[in-house]
Amino acid sequence: MTFHPLKSLGMAALLAGTVALPAWAETTLTAVMQAPLRSLDPHLSTAQIVRTHGFMVFETLLGMDADYQPQPQMADYVVSDDMLTYTLTLRDGLMWHDGTPVTAEDCVASLMRWSQSDGSAKTMMQYVDSIEATSERELVIHMKSPFGPLLELLAKPSPIPAFMMPKRLADTPVGEQIPEIIGSGPFKFVADEYRPGDQAVYVKNEDYVPRDEPASWTAGAKVVNVDRVVWQAMPDMQTSINAIQSGDVDLIEQVTIDLLPLLAMNDEVETGILNPLGAQVTGRFNHRLPPFDDPEVRKAAMYALDQETLMQTAIGNSEYYQLCPSIYGCEVPLASDVGAEYLEGSADERMAKAQELLAASGYDGTPVLMMQPTDLTVLTTQPIVAAERMREAGFTVEVASMDWSTLQSRKNGWQPVAEGGWNYFFTYWGVAGIWNPLVHSLINGSGDDNSWAGWPVNARMEELRADYLTAGTLDEQKQIAEEIQQIAWDDSFYFNAGEFKSVAAWRTELQDIQSGPITLFWGVHK
Amino acid sequence: MLSYFLRRLLMAIPVMFFVAVFVFLLLRLTPGDPAQAIAGDQASLAQLEAIRESLGLNEPLSVQFVTWIGQMLQGDFGRSLISDRPVLEMIGQRLGPTLALALLAMAMTLLFALPMGVLAAWRDGGMTDRLVMTVSVIGFSVPIFVIGYVLIGVFAVNLRWFPVQGYKALADGIGPFAHRIFLPGLALASIYIALISRMTRASMLEVLREDYVRTARAKGLPEGLVLFRHALRNAAIPILTVVGTGFAMMISGVVVTETVFNIPGLGRLVVDAVLARDYPLIQAIILLTAGTYVLINLAIDLSYALTDPRIRYQ
Repeated sequence: MTFHPLKSLGMAALLAGTVALPAWAETTLTAVMQAPLRSLDPHLSTAQIVRTHGFMVFETLLGMDADYQPQPQMADYVVSDDMLTYTLTLRDGLMWHDGTPVTAEDCVASLMRWSQSDGSAKTMMQYVDSIEATSERELVIHMKSPFGPLLELLAKPSPIPAFMMPKRLADTPVGEQIPEIIGSGPFKFVADEYRPGDQAVYVKNEDYVPRDEPASWTAGAKVVNVDRVVWQAMPDMQTSINAIQSGDVDLIEQVTIDLLPLLAMNDEVETGILNPLGAQVTGRFNHRLPPFDDPEVRKAAMYALDQETLMQTAIGNSEYYQLCPSIYGCEVPLASDVGAEYLEGSADERMAKAQELLAASGYDGTPVLMMQPTDLTVLTTQPIVAAERMREAGFTVEVASMDWSTLQSRKNGWQPVAEGGWNYFFTYWGVAGIWNPLVHSLINGSGDDNSWAGWPVNARMEELRADYLTAGTLDEQKQIAEEIQQIAWDDSFYFNAGEFKSVAAWRTELQDIQSGPITLFWGVHK
Repeated sequence: MLSYFLRRLLMAIPVMFFVAVFVFLLLRLTPGDPAQAIAGDQASLAQLEAIRESLGLNEPLSVQFVTWIGQMLQGDFGRSLISDRPVLEMIGQRLGPTLALALLAMAMTLLFALPMGVLAAWRDGGMTDRLVMTVSVIGFSVPIFVIGYVLIGVFAVNLRWFPVQGYKALADGIGPFAHRIFLPGLALASIYIALISRMTRASMLEVLREDYVRTARAKGLPEGLVLFRHALRNAAIPILTVVGTGFAMMISGVVVTETVFNIPGLGRLVVDAVLARDYPLIQAIILLTAGTYVLINLAIDLSYALTDPRIRYQ
């Protein structure tokens, strides 16, 4: 018999671990999320990871179901016939995690704080006359004039959902982080075990009373079937792959596509798409600086770019990307083929058209400064490919490589390129953050300094965006949304570079994993 | 000796102040915005401005610097801009794993590198020497992350003797602690084993040619006693210097090792803080690291007197 000292050490460690186990079998689901959780205030951040954290701990008055319909969640609602009064009644059994009951006053304070952070909510507040608590459990929103998407806004899952929190936290000034994480949702946050950027721990909220309706996205019954959920940050994807194969973790929220073959060989691990919405890659022009202040030059650049080429280089496997002209996402209710003419033709045909348009535009050779993030895998390749295509079309292009943090900060400045400005960059948006003209930041045509980077100016676009808010029916909304999409292509607001889906991996012990616009931890069994 | 020690400690104060000024200015000159790290990519400029205002980032640099230095003098390292947690608490959470990893790596280094270097020098030009030098070249040439992945592939994924990732504190039991820290420690130690075994060999080769070694052998002393008591002790000063500076330089290796083995230590914390432009956290970690360098250098200097009786500090 051979003696293995290291194996013996492993056995000793295993025995030590067994002795340390508690008497009851606690179910812990360990997940590697797509980004580390560094900040916790869900009213303050548009980051996906903070949003997912928000849905663990907090709830919204209304939830969004898989048919994109707002549904009662914390509150049931009644809308007056003239669409000017919304009465929301809190359901029974709602308690904050500190043991105090949820009141309408808490919800009014939360709505006020949310409306100072979220762009769409700010727009909504221009139509709101008052929001008041009329009793312990009832709040009423009075409108100055009808505002079609109000219920949708209260239910929206992105970018900043209308999370409810106790008044004492909601009174925290906007810009400051809330001092405690106390919500009324299905999980409680364990502050003592939180290590910013490394680990976040949630335990089942035993006092939570789920709704009776079946779970659907962020609406319906949020039934928790595990005792603890641990989020672990793993900066290295190969380490995450090793960890799920060995059983150290149960779920990886996003696996890089090129490592999927490693998991395909393992019968104990499944892969699939949990978020059916995906994300749209967007190439943004700086409309304030030459050469892209000229619409004809922008149009030439649009033809130089090619969705298929960009997606092939970034994602590779066509199973996980989709090409469509819809600026709202390929599979949402407002999706349409309007503007498809801008994507027609092979890559070579499009290049010929780009060269022709650029020659006709009078482009004077002003260099294009294209920002390239080097530390965000999904956006590293597009600038290189786009720069090559633009050069072939006749542009002078300089690629400036930088980390994502620098790019994010630099994109907010509109000074000349020589003083730290920019002309073009790629980013991506979860479809839930662009799925209608109200939430879609890239189609803001006001040119306002405070609007999202790029600052296009188009008066007709602004009229249509305002019309969308007062449209009474879905057909009306669709018609306006299509006209908006046409303008976004005609005036080259940005280049829609295609949509990709994130692939998750989980161990087969996990059953009934829910699909949703974010990763959901209720419903799942282990 | 005591006055020398105190004088060196006093000299550390201007060094630390210079580091503080340098780090503060360097960070402010680096592009990036902590408000953006908090608010995310989709935040509006108005939202970013509100966050900057509440964090005091709109204050003039001189005011920010004086505020920070004032807090530091009172022992307050400030709060993280991103997580809003006390910086010292965050460092405290991450210090244990890094210290454990660094100390284990250094212990492994001394355990393997000194005998390897002594043996190589003793058998200069022979098979043992060539073998040690080959291992040393490999240790130098192969990056730590490759060694880490190879160790994981062989001992964790295939043989399943060790876990593939993660960390358990000593408080969770010596077994789980040792089980999780062994492979990362070995990966991190590899480059230092290579470095110190080469240094030991070179230093020993010089000493072994000295007359007093020949005399010791002529007296009939056992070879082990000649090598380890007479030769190694006299060869120790350059080795000690390399061990000390190697330990201080370990921070770069720690970052990679912590990433590959998913250890929640200071290395990962500092990378995270830099990516998020978390100024108070970066400043505190760099000051801590600079302080460690200063103390280690002092310890190395003091250790010379212990190994060589001719050295006396006034």
